[in-house]
Amino acid sequence: MFIGKVVGTVVSSIKDPKVAALKFQVVQELDERNRPRNKYVVAADTIGAGQGDLVLFSQGSSARQTTLTDGRPIDAAIFAVIDSWDVNDELVYQKEGLERLGRSPAED
Amino acid sequence: MYLGRVIGRVVATQRLPGLLGEKLLIVQPLDEKGETAGESVVACDVVDSGLGDVVHVCDGRESSMALRDPFVPVDATIVGHVEEFEHAEPAGAGGETRTGRE
Repeated sequence: MFIGKVVGTVVSSIKDPKVAALKFQVVQELDERNRPRNKYVVAADTIGAGQGDLVLFSQGSSARQTTLTDGRPIDAAIFAVIDSWDVNDELVYQKEGLERLGRSPAED
Repeated sequence: MYLGRVIGRVVATQRLPGLLGEKLLIVQPLDEKGETAGESVVACDVVDSGLGDVVHVCDGRESSMALRDPFVPVDATIVGHVEEFEHAEPAGAGGETRTGRE
């Protein structure tokens, strides 16, 4: 799985009926320091992520292992919205609005 | 599968129900000599790994088989801790042994 940022939504009116009910989003891949990698994917959203959210997505046949994507031609799926992450016990990213909880995961 | 070092943790409360309770860690892949190789990945953890641990990571669809609910879109799981691994030079230049924990 990789960390990514939802940077856009895909609108397509002519598509396979098997993927007609799915929401597709453009995801910019990020590295562990929250810097964009030179890669992006179009991923099926299974969790209701919004524009600008940092998310986790998986690729390959694993992406079909959800009730929404099972048996459908999908090779990338968003399955979680990230609250925060840390690298070497240093907080790298925290979602807006969580700061006031006054607690970072590194303090667990 | 490949070797990697745990370098971080990810917190995500909004996730698919089948993934509730699964631990998510950031892993830096290592090459056969134990050097950093390639881009970091996020992996589920079933063996209680911690920061700095050298681990082996199963990737692809099979990786979800290690989880409590195997029907989840997971493509990387930490399935073991590495105490030690050996790497023999191809030209008979002598192998070396690396320890997992530093």
